[in-house]
Amino acid sequence: MDLGLRISKHPILEFERGKPVSICLNGKKIEAYEGETILAALYASGIKSYSKSVKYGRPRGFFCGIGKCSSCLMRVNSMPHVRTCVTLVEDGMKIEYEKGRGELPAVGEVETKEEKVDTDLIVIGGGPAGLSAAITATTLGIDVFIVDENPKPGGQLIKQTHKFFGSKYNYAGVRGIEIADILLRDLRKSDVKCIANASAIGYYEGKRHIMAVVQGNRKLIEVSADKIIVSTGARENILLFPNNDLPGIYGAGGVQTLMNVYGIKPGSDALIVGAGNVGLIVGYQLVQAGVNVKMVVEAMPKIGGYIIHASKLRRLGVPILTRHTIRAAMGKGHVEGATIVELDENWQPIEGTEEYINVDLICLAVGLTPSSEILFQAGCKRAFIPELGGFVAVHNEDLETTLNGVYVAGDVSGIEEANTAMMEGRITGTNAAMALGKDRAEAEKIREESLKHLEALRASSFSERVLNGKEKVWKVWRELT
Amino acid sequence: MSSYRVTGVLTPENLEKILPSRERLEKGPVVIVECIQKIPCDPCAHICRFDAIRKDSVVDPPEVDYEKCTGCGECIAACPGLAIFVVNLKHKNDKASVTIPYELLPTPRREEIYEALDREGKPVGEARIIATRKVKDRTVVVTMAVKKHLAMIVRNIGRKLR
Repeated sequence: MDLGLRISKHPILEFERGKPVSICLNGKKIEAYEGETILAALYASGIKSYSKSVKYGRPRGFFCGIGKCSSCLMRVNSMPHVRTCVTLVEDGMKIEYEKGRGELPAVGEVETKEEKVDTDLIVIGGGPAGLSAAITATTLGIDVFIVDENPKPGGQLIKQTHKFFGSKYNYAGVRGIEIADILLRDLRKSDVKCIANASAIGYYEGKRHIMAVVQGNRKLIEVSADKIIVSTGARENILLFPNNDLPGIYGAGGVQTLMNVYGIKPGSDALIVGAGNVGLIVGYQLVQAGVNVKMVVEAMPKIGGYIIHASKLRRLGVPILTRHTIRAAMGKGHVEGATIVELDENWQPIEGTEEYINVDLICLAVGLTPSSEILFQAGCKRAFIPELGGFVAVHNEDLETTLNGVYVAGDVSGIEEANTAMMEGRITGTNAAMALGKDRAEAEKIREESLKHLEALRASSFSERVLNGKEKVWKVWRELT
Repeated sequence: MSSYRVTGVLTPENLEKILPSRERLEKGPVVIVECIQKIPCDPCAHICRFDAIRKDSVVDPPEVDYEKCTGCGECIAACPGLAIFVVNLKHKNDKASVTIPYELLPTPRREEIYEALDREGKPVGEARIIATRKVKDRTVVVTMAVKKHLAMIVRNIGRKLR
């Protein structure tokens, strides 16, 4: 079959595609491979718009690619509002553009199931923090149930093709994708029960904590647990500029998912907005996937990310323009270009410095916001801490929130990176186990060790901001309890 | 010249502080570790068999003992930041060799001629590929011969010329 926009050769990755299948979009047959999401299959065949805005009918592309925004909702086998970015294709699947706000299926048209699960600990989110928490907790003898929204757990590690920094203790020099493999292998060897494609949609009160989980849009699972670790990660920020909703403008992480997990070339000519580590890394990875990266613009006067990431990109001939930003995107139904502009010392555009560039891909790498929704719905107290990425659940040094037995780990507790997320995961895993009366000596040992490594990882100036944020949130916790 | 924090490229002043002496360079292959920021990372210090790369803590920038360094290049692919190179001024008469980490396709082959690029990706001359070594984690270590005066300038290859 025609590979479409699928990448056939990559310097780091090998894309093993599943059995060819076909899906149907509003009556039109689309070829796909098993293991691809609906979104990936549609994108590969050149379909880059999945819905229309309700009020103005503007086309919507995807944005986050990991089930956090609502840009790619479609009707799938009569089920409305299906997140096509986290739903795998099945042979003969019927996909439709939704009409208006969407229509419910007729009674009985969609088969549903129910189930009850009892566990000591539920972990929400199977990224580096959640997997580390679950594996640690289970080795300490507690029963763990982990739910993850994506087709495959591993969080954002599964798309990180670059080698990680960090110390020998936490996989330094190993590519993110391989760290994911290691964690997933440990998970399989453990007694942890893990379900993918499952979202925790609501917290309920009872004698124990009760979490409603929906798996695969079909099955409602009522989970009763004594402890909850929320490791839901973060979502990518949008930036305000005219036409910022055009298909072709995506979160940098969303592009990484499409490109590195599903092996699809996201565009031909790219503009990256934001020179933090995410923007710099995605820029490099786009070049590896054969995309012409025209430039990286950064509104700050300095590059925010590590200099070695910036140098890697500069050596490839990609310019990084500090004190520059995107002024507007242009295009009919899809991005065709963008205007960039230089900023003065007061962040104001300098008239006459606008430059138009031809691009069909704009990656926004302008920060992340903790995915705290389930925590706030559960009643955890919140605080606005800019250093941690916005509203976070108030928590203490042990990462426990204001709700007894509910912990946070990883980006949801403050935007940081995968190594620190893994350490926080271990810490919460030991705390949950100790609170449940498990082997204190062993738990304490892992906890102390993880705290020591966490401190070492945060010893550079890059961590000053997050440490300030942590101090602030711990202070709020002390005031509240 | 603008700070590396603005351009993403180390300045001659930055480099001066970390490079080996002229005498050491003239002696033969030696490592060039272009990593000056405090970041939490330490594989270079662990991989070196000769204890030539030291990190006082996981975040301190690496310090190289150029007398211990043999220029073996084991550290090139170990560096997660692709910031380590080996330069050999004694390669051949008027030619030096520069060894770089490389993660793009196609993989260069011996005797092919590529554009030699500087730290900003600008072509500054020609590079003849003299060796490529594949390591198991897919970073390819490429050694190229360039004119001697380009040894401290060339840090990448661009288009294949022939």
